[in-house]
Amino acid sequence: MISVTGVTKRFGAFTALNDVSLEVPEGSLSALLGPSGSGKSTLLRIIAGLDTGDRGQVLIGGVDQTLVPARKREIGFVFQHYAAFKHMSVRENVAFGLKIRKRPKKEIASRVDELLGIVGLSGYQDRYPSQLSGGQRQRMALARALAVEPRVLLLDEPFGALDANVRAELRRWLRKLHEEVPVTTVIVTHDQEEAMDIADRVAVMSHGTIEQVGPPRELYEQPTSDFVMGFLGPVTELGGHLVRPHDLHLSVDAREGAAEAMVARVTHLGFEVRVDLVLADGGAIGAQVTRGEAEALELREGDVVWVGPDRGAVQLPAAAGADELPLSA
Amino acid sequence: MSSERVTRIGLRTVALGYLFALLFVPVGIVLYKTFEPGLGNVWASITTPAAIHAFWLTIMVTAIAVPLNTALGILAALVLVRGRIRGKPLLDALIDLPFAVSPIVVGLSLVLVYGANGWFGGVLTSAGIQVIFSWPGIVLATIFVTLPFVVREVAPVLREVGDEQEQAAATLGASRRQTFLRITLPAIRWGIAYGVVLSTARAIGEFGAVSVVSGRISGQTETLTLLVQKRFENFDLAGAYAASALLAMIAMTTLLALTVIKPRKEHE
Repeated sequence: MISVTGVTKRFGAFTALNDVSLEVPEGSLSALLGPSGSGKSTLLRIIAGLDTGDRGQVLIGGVDQTLVPARKREIGFVFQHYAAFKHMSVRENVAFGLKIRKRPKKEIASRVDELLGIVGLSGYQDRYPSQLSGGQRQRMALARALAVEPRVLLLDEPFGALDANVRAELRRWLRKLHEEVPVTTVIVTHDQEEAMDIADRVAVMSHGTIEQVGPPRELYEQPTSDFVMGFLGPVTELGGHLVRPHDLHLSVDAREGAAEAMVARVTHLGFEVRVDLVLADGGAIGAQVTRGEAEALELREGDVVWVGPDRGAVQLPAAAGADELPLSA
Repeated sequence: MSSERVTRIGLRTVALGYLFALLFVPVGIVLYKTFEPGLGNVWASITTPAAIHAFWLTIMVTAIAVPLNTALGILAALVLVRGRIRGKPLLDALIDLPFAVSPIVVGLSLVLVYGANGWFGGVLTSAGIQVIFSWPGIVLATIFVTLPFVVREVAPVLREVGDEQEQAAATLGASRRQTFLRITLPAIRWGIAYGVVLSTARAIGEFGAVSVVSGRISGQTETLTLLVQKRFENFDLAGAYAASALLAMIAMTTLLALTVIKPRKEHE
């Protein structure tokens, strides 16, 4: 288990972390999710000991690590740009931590082979990092981090430099790996889909503070702030409330709680249809309906429809500064 | 012929012609003139006691100055790139000073500081140490003029490799020393190698500063470059060419050594 208490970190006038506290349960796969500059990487680096907080405490497995240097924290760290040792072969890269620990040669050899098997790089022992693809380099970096049997595994945007399809594949692979080797893992990402897909707990960060922590579904269905709601999925504003576009219901007839709106544009996006609407007061709102619904309503530009939240829709009162919302995808 | 082709061939001709006129012709003529009188004469003129002494003095000075500057250069590059100290721009500018200052000025300033009437002159004389008009002065002058090479070769490489590999090594349990020896040093080794080759070439070839501090005492403080100059002034052209060829040979051996130790394919 990792517990962080009251950690503050300033870089000059910029406050990267402001009195942050977080508990990461033993054996969990947790994500730190937030936009760039939210402090998520700084928090991870402070847990690793690569940075030190100005204030606060870091405990790993109940032992205070605040003043312990990175090399003695028994952690595994994976960097966004792999940090492969370029002058060493794959085998030497993975063996590095074990050599530092002066383990017997035989043990190192068998452990390296075992790890290369786990990460799917058997047969690549004698290659150099420059001869590997980005995905392979990152898997090598993971094997290198796991070789020393770390108490916690920390990944800083590990798939950030990879192509979308490789990223999706490695994500599934990491999830599976975590089931096989259930070491407490923290992954930093700015991609909400990645966090929801991979982690069993997500901490959403913004401006150096943690906004909300919980299982992905709980965050999506019960966001406690408009920031969290906006960061985890698209939102639109209706009648002073934030609501998700797919939680809006369109009808030809008037309905309680619904507002009259004119269809400004209908965009077909495969299985879903995005409908841009203009309300009577001039406000714009976007709804997302299925193809079937759009066809049943026979939506055309200029039509007048009634738009209101579905029953059970997630709604939050819109804050005054709602225009600052990070409207993601 | 297309105009593009004409341009290309024209540019190549200019580039090769430039190299030929300024590099190959003079070096070629030196070698030709050296061996024109015959091998026996060449051998005789580079095995005179003065020449042998000059050769070994040059080698000794280089063997002291280059390793010292290599170690200090790596350290300075680390401070410049990785250090968190104030006054880095000042240090950065200071390191280039030997490039900016004329070697003659370097020599004169060394005389002013370490000479018999210089700042430390009294202290050194009473301690029985002679710096100026002796080999320690030559070593000091050589260290001064070759100071920037290793730093200037290593610093950009350090900047380029970044410190992520070092951080990774730390998370894997490596101490600072282990990280330096196993990660940093191998990453910058070619920068160091080029710095060493350049320093060596400059150390062997230095004339101005050495000429001022050495006193040019034949058989005592005369380096190879000084010997070439003396022979040239004394109208011993064949002897001057022979010594020049020897200088060129040492320089080429250094370059050759680099080419040999550098593997054909770099895994980077």
